[in-house]
Amino acid sequence: MADSNGLRVQVLELDQATVISPVGDVDLSRSPTLRAHLRDALDAAPHRLVVDLEGVEYMDSSGVATLVEAMQIARRSNTRLVLCGMNQRVRSVFEIARLDRVFLIVPTLDAAMDDDQA
Amino acid sequence: MTPEPQVSIKLASNPLYLCGARELVSSVARRLGFADEACCQIALAVDEALANIIRHGYDRRADGPIWVKIYPCDRAGRPICPDTESDPECGGLRIVIEDEARQVDPTSIQSRNLDEIRPGGLGVHIIRQVMDEARYERRADAGMRLILVKRLPAGVPSISSLGSPAARHQQRV
Repeated sequence: MADSNGLRVQVLELDQATVISPVGDVDLSRSPTLRAHLRDALDAAPHRLVVDLEGVEYMDSSGVATLVEAMQIARRSNTRLVLCGMNQRVRSVFEIARLDRVFLIVPTLDAAMDDDQA
Repeated sequence: MTPEPQVSIKLASNPLYLCGARELVSSVARRLGFADEACCQIALAVDEALANIIRHGYDRRADGPIWVKIYPCDRAGRPICPDTESDPECGGLRIVIEDEARQVDPTSIQSRNLDEIRPGGLGVHIIRQVMDEARYERRADAGMRLILVKRLPAGVPSISSLGSPAARHQQRV
């Protein structure tokens, strides 16, 4: 589903996990869409919430802020939040903000769904 | 005489147009000799600056003017005038972002404490981490000005033929 600003967000609800996969650049115009999907997913308090960023070419601090907010909500509801599929451009924003060691970040969706790796 | 910007755009304070500014800045930086990673980071810094103007300067009004002006510069960050016969070598990029939004004390624009994990407030930190120089000023009439400088790494071949066709011909002869 794409919103009027062009950010498509796929949501996959599995037994023990919800996977959110945004596609597109996440900047100030589009981060509200991602935020809304994250909040909807977290309202259901899944055991695990995976945000697959493989489809995200670019993210600025507004996108990062939505994920920080999601992390705070997830902690309160004992949901495990995992990020995966980051390209180096997106990862560098987390590194500059020193958030790369705060989030659980794994390379792939498979790793994100694996209890041993995430 | 202060050189004119080589690229100058005016955009409305609508987040929808941030992508255009990013693409422009990234493309110009690449053409001036910056590597891909640096181009991405320069675009990010400009994006963060524009987003701050939209959110904090214009309180999310979508109709405020913002100007982005791009100058090739020497290694000291001074704009280069491409019409001089000396054909100055480009040492980097100078980007000036101006608005007519709320004026604030430039010294109050600071990075926040990153040990505090909370959403938001990362823009100024990112700008200062990415760019070699970032200076905020009050404009004389209204709004603010942000001057950003990013130098090309030493030893990287730069686009030196910024001068006139005659200067470039002289180089080839």
